[in-house]
Amino acid sequence: MIRLTDVIKEYSNGTRALNGLDLEIKDGEFVFLVGPSGSGKSTIIKLLTGEVVPTEGRVMVNGFSLTNIAEWQIPYMRRTLGVIFQDFRLIENKTVYDNMLFAMRVVGATPKEIKKRIPYVLRLVGLETKQSRLPNELSGGEQQRVAIARALVNNPSTIIADEPTGNLDPARSLEIMTLLKRINELGTTVLVVTHERDLVNRFDERVVMLDRGRVISDAVGKYGVKANA
Amino acid sequence: MREKNKNKNHDFIYFITEGISNMFTHGFMSFAAIGITVACLLIMGTFSLVAVNADATLSKLEDENQVLAFVEESLTTAQARALRDDILAVPNVAGVEFISRDQAWEDYIADFPEIGELAGDEMDSSTLRDRYAIYMDDLSQMADTAEAIRQIPGIARVNAYEELSDGFITLRNIATIISVTLIAILFLVSVFIIANTIKLTTFDRREEIAIMKMVGATNGFIRWPFVYEGLLMGLLSALIAFFLQWGLYHLVTSGISTNDLFSIIQIVPFSSLWGAVALVFAGAGIFIGVGGSLSAIRQFLKV
Ligand SMILES: Nc1ncnc2c1ncn2[C@@H]1O[C@H](COP(=O)(O)OP(=O)(O)OP(=O)(O)O)[C@@H](O)[C@H]1O
Ligand SMILES: [Mg+2]
Repeated sequence: MIRLTDVIKEYSNGTRALNGLDLEIKDGEFVFLVGPSGSGKSTIIKLLTGEVVPTEGRVMVNGFSLTNIAEWQIPYMRRTLGVIFQDFRLIENKTVYDNMLFAMRVVGATPKEIKKRIPYVLRLVGLETKQSRLPNELSGGEQQRVAIARALVNNPSTIIADEPTGNLDPARSLEIMTLLKRINELGTTVLVVTHERDLVNRFDERVVMLDRGRVISDAVGKYGVKANA
Repeated sequence: MREKNKNKNHDFIYFITEGISNMFTHGFMSFAAIGITVACLLIMGTFSLVAVNADATLSKLEDENQVLAFVEESLTTAQARALRDDILAVPNVAGVEFISRDQAWEDYIADFPEIGELAGDEMDSSTLRDRYAIYMDDLSQMADTAEAIRQIPGIARVNAYEELSDGFITLRNIATIISVTLIAILFLVSVFIIANTIKLTTFDRREEIAIMKMVGATNGFIRWPFVYEGLLMGLLSALIAFFLQWGLYHLVTSGISTNDLFSIIQIVPFSSLWGAVALVFAGAGIFIGVGGSLSAIRQFLKV
């Protein structure tokens, strides 16, 4: 579960990115996080991954309180999250399989777990036939599916994605979003930041809208429609 | 949770292969870093070995407590023997022992058999002088006594070990000071070079490091390959320096022992030193390598 309570985030240059934000995401939910540019969406993602710390307020992520987390605990908190970015962030000189292997190995997975898990997630994202390709031998949509597979490979309870379809054409974007919904149906909590109204409107899911560092609407249904959550 | 106990196993194979591949990514820098470290260890080793040998020579001199008085070559052996009473008459002389040139040559050959073989017909007892070994009551008056003996007609030269001792003490002190200073400076230089080599690798790998953090690798895990990279460079340097030091020592000591002038020097054989040299080099190599990598990766120990 994710819970942000009265969160204020002020960057060192004085920019107040979040201004008294409250947000709760329960296990198993699928949530779109939308809002104009600069409204604080990426800041929320960075708070959840522990990349930045809140100036005020409390942030809970899957049982870890990020307000007073010990530094050594941060990696263990991060293992409960799978993170996906617009720019994929794959290791260019490693094959699809080796990118997966790397992600598992650096958190200490055993060879047995690795052998079982990688084929499973590659099948889930539909890349089982392309595991020996290098990232630059794949289309953008395929690269993003590799990134999703990597986010899933260590079996996190939550996936958070910051504009995962930002670099993709509408057809590819729909594929990726459908894949994330499918992953959600398999039991993983999913939080997706996106700009794409049309895409959001194709799904009947919870939409949290931010403006100037606050939640201005939180409703199941259509982007922009205000309703009670 | 399973993550917790998984983290306990130290993925040695992964760390070491990453460390080695890091080293080769910046082949030239690694080569330069190893070269500097080898030079550092060699200089340190050489001055330490000079100090060790000066020390050994000093204690040999102290053990012997004797002064050698060489008789002028123009004197016959009989005339030379006659000087005995003159020497005994000098104050502070406790006893004398006449050593003929033949006997000195035999002793010499006995001490350095390999030289005897080498010398063959070229050298024999005629290259040496008749001499007296003189023992004293009070070693602290060695200088005065030696001077008095030198005044006796027929004595060509007195080998006053006191002067020699002073020389060796100076040599040892200088070697010690130089080695301590050089060690300090060269250690810093080596650590700095290794640190910079590793910084280059961390820069190369910044994206991988970011991904490792993102998926939840611990700082310890992220650090290990770099620590191994430094460790490997340090140990490799130690290994190379060891063999170079061995060769150098052999070369210099065999030069010294074949030279009559240096026969006073007590050479400690390398066979009784190699263990200490290997241990010190390995320790210094580990210190330099790990020190270098830790100072390089300090910056990303945080978050
Ligand atoms: N590292 C930073 N230092 C200073 N200010 C920052 C930093 N990162 C973000 N900001 C500021 O904080 C505010 C919120 O930024 P954030 O990246 O969270 O917005 P966003 O909603 O993700 O926007 P976009 O849709 O354009 O990605 C912006 O005004 C931004 O300029
Ligand atoms: Mg953003």
